[in-house]
Amino acid sequence: MADPMKIRATLVGDSTEIKVLMSHEMETGQRKDAQGAVIPAWFIQNVTVAHGGTTVLAAQWGPAVAKNPFLSFKFKGGAKGDKVTIAWVDNRGDKRTDEATIA
Amino acid sequence: MTPRLFAGLAGAVVAFAAVAQNSTVDGIAKYREALQDGNPAELWEARGEGLWKEPRGPNKVSLERCDLGLGAGVVKGAYAQLPKYFADADRVMDLETRLVWCMVKLQGISEADAKKNPFGNGNDKKSNIEALVAYVTSESRGVKMNVSVAHPKEMQMYRVGEKMFYFRGGPHDFGCVTCHGADNQRIRLQDLPNLTKIEGAQKAYTTWPAYRVSQGELRTFQWRLNDCFRQQRFPELEFGSDASIALTMFLAKNANGATFDAPAIKR
Amino acid sequence: MNRRRRQVLKSGSGVTLLALIAAAGWLKPGDASAQSWNKAAFDTKSMADTMKALGGGEPVQSKDIIFFQTPDIAENGAVVPVGITSNIPKTESIAVLIEKNPNMLAAVFDIPPGTEPSISTRVKMGQSSNIYALVKADGKYFVAAKDVKVTLGGCGG
Repeated sequence: MADPMKIRATLVGDSTEIKVLMSHEMETGQRKDAQGAVIPAWFIQNVTVAHGGTTVLAAQWGPAVAKNPFLSFKFKGGAKGDKVTIAWVDNRGDKRTDEATIA
Repeated sequence: MTPRLFAGLAGAVVAFAAVAQNSTVDGIAKYREALQDGNPAELWEARGEGLWKEPRGPNKVSLERCDLGLGAGVVKGAYAQLPKYFADADRVMDLETRLVWCMVKLQGISEADAKKNPFGNGNDKKSNIEALVAYVTSESRGVKMNVSVAHPKEMQMYRVGEKMFYFRGGPHDFGCVTCHGADNQRIRLQDLPNLTKIEGAQKAYTTWPAYRVSQGELRTFQWRLNDCFRQQRFPELEFGSDASIALTMFLAKNANGATFDAPAIKR
Repeated sequence: MNRRRRQVLKSGSGVTLLALIAAAGWLKPGDASAQSWNKAAFDTKSMADTMKALGGGEPVQSKDIIFFQTPDIAENGAVVPVGITSNIPKTESIAVLIEKNPNMLAAVFDIPPGTEPSISTRVKMGQSSNIYALVKADGKYFVAAKDVKVTLGGCGG
């Protein structure tokens, strides 16, 4: 199972700001190893962020997103103590879901 | 063309070149600034904290009783006073050699296993040392560097490190001083800090370890020295060797007084 | 249909803006919350291929799409910060495309109502190139470009 994400959820006025770091190789499939064989593509394809049962962001990613991806955005609403859930799925079917509390 | 007009044009050309040069420098500065928000090093810090607290090895014990110089289990501020002489080992140790010591003595892990993978490579070959270094150094962020050379063995390490810094050898007759002994030197777009001056020494030492974007990994000071040796075409600098500790001692002590600000993020 | 007229719409760089929407995968109607991944959109290698999947409206160059925290020069193409804010009302999606990457589409962000149409992330760039911010708002398409120089390519090795 992949390493946990590092999520920061903070209330900024009447909005919640999300900053998240994900641990993932995001291998492009363009590189070759020392023997000359192509290193297969391995990257996060879908990211979903949810709050209070609602999806606040849904993303489709390709391997051009940088390794150990960083994502930041804001949504209206949220209160201190609320939970925010972030989930990703990669092209191998590996998944990761992590939760953070709005501070 | 009148001399005055010609001088004016020449001045304009020089000014334009200077502006072009400056805008590149500014551009790079903006890139580095934009990177600060969201440092993947935090992923290593989290993993390192887990490794510090997890009972591991044949003895199934955590590293929480490891003495990094400020007492057993004290992590806060520990990096800022390393390298340091440790009586129980009767030698000067930097953070990495001290971590290996604790893994061997407390957890019962063999020295070979503890030193096995100092520099990680991707998710399949993660380095525990790098994660532990990320965690321990993060607990010194904001602390002023205060490395002591009071003990004779500490001073000896400092002097050896100093000699190594100025020693020229290898097929290119390089020394550390070749790249890091003067102002305003650079390799392509990478400015080289002048480590013989206090500002350069302070800024360089207090920003390692760092997440190196080009490596996609969190790299430690042992890695930085190892890579410098590689770039100078020197023989490999053995991980945790006295040579590596001596150089680290020299550079760390020269940074005394500066505020430690790592793990950082670099290109 | 007058094909010559469509050819005339080519921009100076030879990249048609219509090809960009095709690359962004907005040609298939899809539920934003479904976990689908538009393989065809992420596989676009040549402009000719993407032009085959034409549909939707011509994206309009917009000054209401702002790049923020996106440097002019990236020291290493492996990690290039990109921030995009859309000030266009009823923004539904923001996509990031990198013109000279092996595949143009880097990411698509679906923006539900209540979420600020502004995202910040990091992409890989193989070489100096235009980054396109493609916005879908109220069923129409808009685009803005920013030229980013890369000192060291970030796709391989």
